[in-house]
Amino acid sequence: MSKEVLITVCTGTGGIASGGEDVLAAFREALSSAGITASCRERCRVQRVGCKGFCSQDVLVDVAVNGAITTYRKVRPDMVARIVSEHIVAGMPVAEWVVDGSYHAFHEKQKKVVLSHCGVIDPEEIQSYRAVGGYGAAERAVLSMTPEEIIAVIKRSRLRGRGGGGFPTGLKWELCARHTADTKYVVCNGNESDPGAFMDTSLMEGDPHSVIEGMIICAKAVGSHRGYIYTKAEYALAVKRLNRAIEHCYAAGFLGKGIFGSDFDFDVEVFPAPGAFVCGEATALLRSLEGKRGMPSAKIWRTAEKGLWNKPTVLNNVETFANIPKIIEKGSQWFSRLGTERSGGTKVFSLSGKVRNTGLIEVPIGTTLREIIFDIGGGIEGGKACKGVHIGGPTGGCIPAARFDMEVDYESLAQAGSMMGSGGMVVLDETSCIVDTTRFFVGVIQGESCGKCAPCRIGTKRMLEILERIAGGRAKEGDLELLEELAHSIRETSLCGLGMTAPNPVLSTLRYFRDEYEEHIRRKRCRAAVCKALLTYSVVESACTGCGACKRVCPADAIRGTRKKPHRIDANLCVRCGTCLDACKFNAIMKV
Amino acid sequence: MTNSIEEIEHHDVIFVIGSNTTETHPIIALRMKRAVRKGATLIVADPRKIDLVRFARLWLPLRPGTDSALLNAMMHVIIREGLIDRTFIDARTEGFEALRESLLDCSPEWAADVTGVPAGDIVRAARLYGNASHPGIYYTMGITQHSHGTENVFAIANLALMTGNLGKKSVGVNPLRGQNNVQGATDMGCIPDFLPGYQKVAVPEIRRKFEKAWGVTLSDRPGLTATDMVKAALSGTIRALYIMGENSVLSDPDRDRTIRALQGLDLLVVQDIFLTETAALADVVFPAACFAEKDGTFTNTERRVQRVRKAVEPPGEARDDARIIAELSGRFGFDLTYDSIEDVFREAGRLWPALAGITYRRIAKTGLQWPCPTRDHPGTRYLFKGSFPRGRAAFQTVRFRPPLELPDEDYPLLLSTGRHLFHYHTASMTGRVESLVRIEPKPYVEISAADAEALGILHGENVRVSSRRGAIELEARISARPIKGVVFIPFHYRDAAANALTHSALDPLSRIPELKVCAVKIERVAQSTATTRQKED
Amino acid sequence: MSTTVTLRIDGRNVTVEKFSTILDAARTLEIPIPTLCHHPDLVPYGGCRLCLVEIKGAPRPVASCTTFVKDGLEVTTSSPRLERLRKTTLELILSDHPRDCMTCERAGDCKLQELAYFYGIRDPRFEGERRIYRTKDKNPCIARDMEKCILCGLCVRVCDEIQGVAAIDFAYRGFRTMVTPPFERELDCEFCGQCVAVCPTGALTGAMWAQKGRQDMRDVETICPYCGCGCTLTLHIRRNEVIRVSSRRETLNEGWLCAKGRFGYEFIHRTDRLKKPLVRIVPKSEAAALVKSGWSHERAASFFREVSWDDALDLVAARLGEIKERHGSDAIGGISSARCTNEENYLFQKFIRGAIGTNNVDHCARY
Repeated sequence: MSKEVLITVCTGTGGIASGGEDVLAAFREALSSAGITASCRERCRVQRVGCKGFCSQDVLVDVAVNGAITTYRKVRPDMVARIVSEHIVAGMPVAEWVVDGSYHAFHEKQKKVVLSHCGVIDPEEIQSYRAVGGYGAAERAVLSMTPEEIIAVIKRSRLRGRGGGGFPTGLKWELCARHTADTKYVVCNGNESDPGAFMDTSLMEGDPHSVIEGMIICAKAVGSHRGYIYTKAEYALAVKRLNRAIEHCYAAGFLGKGIFGSDFDFDVEVFPAPGAFVCGEATALLRSLEGKRGMPSAKIWRTAEKGLWNKPTVLNNVETFANIPKIIEKGSQWFSRLGTERSGGTKVFSLSGKVRNTGLIEVPIGTTLREIIFDIGGGIEGGKACKGVHIGGPTGGCIPAARFDMEVDYESLAQAGSMMGSGGMVVLDETSCIVDTTRFFVGVIQGESCGKCAPCRIGTKRMLEILERIAGGRAKEGDLELLEELAHSIRETSLCGLGMTAPNPVLSTLRYFRDEYEEHIRRKRCRAAVCKALLTYSVVESACTGCGACKRVCPADAIRGTRKKPHRIDANLCVRCGTCLDACKFNAIMKV
Repeated sequence: MTNSIEEIEHHDVIFVIGSNTTETHPIIALRMKRAVRKGATLIVADPRKIDLVRFARLWLPLRPGTDSALLNAMMHVIIREGLIDRTFIDARTEGFEALRESLLDCSPEWAADVTGVPAGDIVRAARLYGNASHPGIYYTMGITQHSHGTENVFAIANLALMTGNLGKKSVGVNPLRGQNNVQGATDMGCIPDFLPGYQKVAVPEIRRKFEKAWGVTLSDRPGLTATDMVKAALSGTIRALYIMGENSVLSDPDRDRTIRALQGLDLLVVQDIFLTETAALADVVFPAACFAEKDGTFTNTERRVQRVRKAVEPPGEARDDARIIAELSGRFGFDLTYDSIEDVFREAGRLWPALAGITYRRIAKTGLQWPCPTRDHPGTRYLFKGSFPRGRAAFQTVRFRPPLELPDEDYPLLLSTGRHLFHYHTASMTGRVESLVRIEPKPYVEISAADAEALGILHGENVRVSSRRGAIELEARISARPIKGVVFIPFHYRDAAANALTHSALDPLSRIPELKVCAVKIERVAQSTATTRQKED
Repeated sequence: MSTTVTLRIDGRNVTVEKFSTILDAARTLEIPIPTLCHHPDLVPYGGCRLCLVEIKGAPRPVASCTTFVKDGLEVTTSSPRLERLRKTTLELILSDHPRDCMTCERAGDCKLQELAYFYGIRDPRFEGERRIYRTKDKNPCIARDMEKCILCGLCVRVCDEIQGVAAIDFAYRGFRTMVTPPFERELDCEFCGQCVAVCPTGALTGAMWAQKGRQDMRDVETICPYCGCGCTLTLHIRRNEVIRVSSRRETLNEGWLCAKGRFGYEFIHRTDRLKKPLVRIVPKSEAAALVKSGWSHERAASFFREVSWDDALDLVAARLGEIKERHGSDAIGGISSARCTNEENYLFQKFIRGAIGTNNVDHCARY
């Protein structure tokens, strides 16, 4: 019996949270314990890998026997013994634990470029990255390409900033390369902060070397000798793996003095930042990196001219840098053909919300929302109606289901009142209240405003208060108009990108879902039955058996009734906690 | 100052020696900070790690009283490395050869031994200064309040002259005047050897000019300096003193000696705004008006004559000093009444051409810097452009001499005195400003952690500091500022008067006392309060 | 390359230095643009968003304080849209500002109040939560009422950029953002009060200003009585009392002062000022003992009796005359003050030299 067996266990943040490290340890132990033949043990490897994308199915484990991959979902340590004995030893996969069709549907329409190594290689070992051709691009760039050549390739690839702004990357590098200065910096923005977004973090955790390699190529292109990866200290795993990767690079001669045997020097260090949403904004990030409070400032100078410590600086996002080695490796034409006319390549999104398949996905730019949500995401659970999708993080906007045939691109999203942002997608269905969702996002923005400019600091607070009034049934006529005017004013007067886009959730939902707002204000009704203050709990007399279960659990003593007779809920006393609804075994409590 | 305050920000190298500028001249320090922000290099030579060091590229922590050794070694390096300005030396100075020879054995290594500053840093400082295009030197009492203060000043002048760093915009030597009108009081002839405008009493023609203008006969005998007057009072040659607005008891060295001197006088007249410690010893006290209660002019450290305006009426029967002097003078048959206070200024301008061009009207908005000889003269920003008053400037050979009283077995620590930011001088004014008192209510002695540990002194505990002349009790503040072996006491506080300890040795030329160096010892007192304090901290 | 730039503002051509801001350029034309966070000596900030202007061809208004001029730029500083945006921003600021101008030290001298007046905002449309800070900073010099703070950042910047101290910075985020010393401790700094000088509202005031008066004030410009810098002070007088000190930016000291200059004026009106001539009534040895230890102002005062000016002057003249007669002029000395005016010093030495007849005259330059 001669088998090559490779077991890869997801140890991204999602994987670890679901017990990935324990599963990994269980496999190692099972394989080293008695019962496995020596020949098998020799050829059997267990490897940690980064996020495999389909996080709702974690811990995902791939078992490759002679190249034939079987994927197990939701693996727990106690399942390991059986997988080893039945599949690896006996050659019979454990069919009941293998992923189903949705797993394949999830992957079918994806095109993995940036994520191609993520979930495949061991992020903690440089050889694993080298084995898939890693650092070949950087070596070529450093040893045999001129800065002009590198920039030309990147420009032709039509790669645009993946942080959300969409500025052409090649042009950014060219601007920086043009400035002569004693010091230049390459900074990687890994300050991903959107609730529900984990693209950059997964990349830093699952394929840290690709980010570093991208930075090396950039450094060579612009003539910089110092790089920083700015990420949040709370992304402990990313910080750890990046630091380990950097350490390996220094040992291998890919960083430091005379990299790849050339006369080019490049140093990189990780800056574990205190962590603030606004520090994803370029000027705030640079101030924070300088050790000051991360507050945006007016862009009097381009970052390429006066950035970090007033020196020419290239600031790109994690995903942007991770694309670079692939472009150098496979050519600009290959890359540009993946996307649309204006924008090459793919984009990673994190798909979450009321969609069946949640996780990390990568699609060519130009893929339609319908494909993403229904084909990859598998549509809405329980056959509920899809209401829309909120794209681009808290300062993004909501696009209604009616416009799902739209191709996802920087321009089309902006026209629809949303934005690419960092690429978070939160799917909303009929049980999601638009007012409540908007209130949530505005709350996030308000809490993360740096406080520098009045429109953002106070304006978002006042928007939030109006939304709270609407959700709370306390809104009055004119509030909607005031909200709209305020939103427009904030957009026009705010200092930085965060403030300018802060009204997006309000304006986009007012554009597509105005009737839901009006319903809240005029009819005091929340059709999704989310806004507590507008809900009424009542007893369906025909269904009520008078068992008294609801009466016993009601914390407000709001339910009256005698045994065996239909009970009643006193709306004045009811605190709308929903405990009775859960307690009733006869579906006799109604929430409207 | 040979330069103007405005010029500070255009220096490329600023060398501050013996000046705690941020605390004693806060607004001038702002200009220095701005210069640093604009790219200037700041070098600070001070035995304490003063606040300005935060902005400095180089801090030279020299032992108090070793300034001339440091300066000589810097010059040694400058000559050795050919950073001198030959053209300037040839054209405008004399005596360079003698100086050069005297500096031959002043190597940085020698100076490192004397000053405690690493030789490498002395070389760096010399190179920075020697290579600068627009350097400025700034100093105050840290240079002058020594028994060899004049020599320190000579050494600074030598350094500036040999590098040609005088007489240009943003290039010069700048002693910062301590009090708001020290410059003016000196200009106006309140010094024994000069009549107004630095005109020598000893020169008969000058005397005749003033005699004619004033209608009196003037004495040709040289007068005594304030420090010598105190001495003469002790010996009985001075029998009466008229002190206007000065609190000698707290500000002069060796307080008990000062008290003895004033006590022995036949007559002491003190004219002041408060009943100061000095006024308490007076026979007669005249109540005077304060700055806000009178008209006139002050001349600041950059020679700028500026208008002082009456804002409020003086309290009670207090009168402005001019009127008091005039009334008194009238009783001697010497009329000092004028139609207006500006007439006094005009008279000074007639006798000293440097002020002739200044009128109250011209300085209504902004003051003018003397020399300003004519009504259309714009004032003089910086001095010694093209020439020196005496023609060629003479190099003065300076041999390092240690201070007169150095630490020994009995008094092992070196005491330096000075001001801090929140009080002024003897605090007769700031001591009556509640907010300032609340910030710095109590006297203290700054001591390094190393010395404190050796003496077993805790932060905040009361200690007794004594010298051969007296002893005071005050709070110990363990601080990163003073170097080991040096302690510092602000002299603002009556209750622990630093000048009860200081030495009355004088510089032979300037007659300035050696307030910056004397030997003291420190002992713990009142153990119980100390432990409770430590807890609070 | 040309070092100047020509642009059009409100239809008027103006040529300014390269790297000027649109705001600078507009101010050379004396076109008023409202600002709350701008200070010519500080790095442009762009926080208050009131100085927005329209640039032909630009999609949204730009802050004129943080936008460099460019050749051919066509700028509009006032339009219905701009005024609407400014008013909305002001309403937002005012919605989080106490309406207590009645008792505010800065009423009448407050930039926010003035703008609210010009834009006619009595009740802002955006009612909502206001920041409430219950604890007050107890430092002795600077009253910090953070509820009135509009977060223009001038104090933070002046403390860093001018004073080089950085005693305060922003803390927290969003609506809770505040300016504070580290860890919300009490302010412990150089107390130069530059922050007080630049604060556009009543958030920062002199602690000693409280309830000393806002109207019927008279300003007198004079020179600081302390060190040799010679800063120009503006004394604010009400009823023969100095109730505030400030300094104009157009002075040698550029309006910056230190703790002593800005806050050290209370001594002028202290009740223990000397008000009558005094003549000693006890032996000097008592005074000497008092000076050496256990000083008390009351005891010192008890050594003297008050006399009339004539009596005091006569007495001094007589005694000086006697001493001069008996011991000669050189037995008398005069020590003058570096804190008195030029004129007084001139008269003093003239008196000593002319009336007494000695050159024993000096002042305190040596200490």
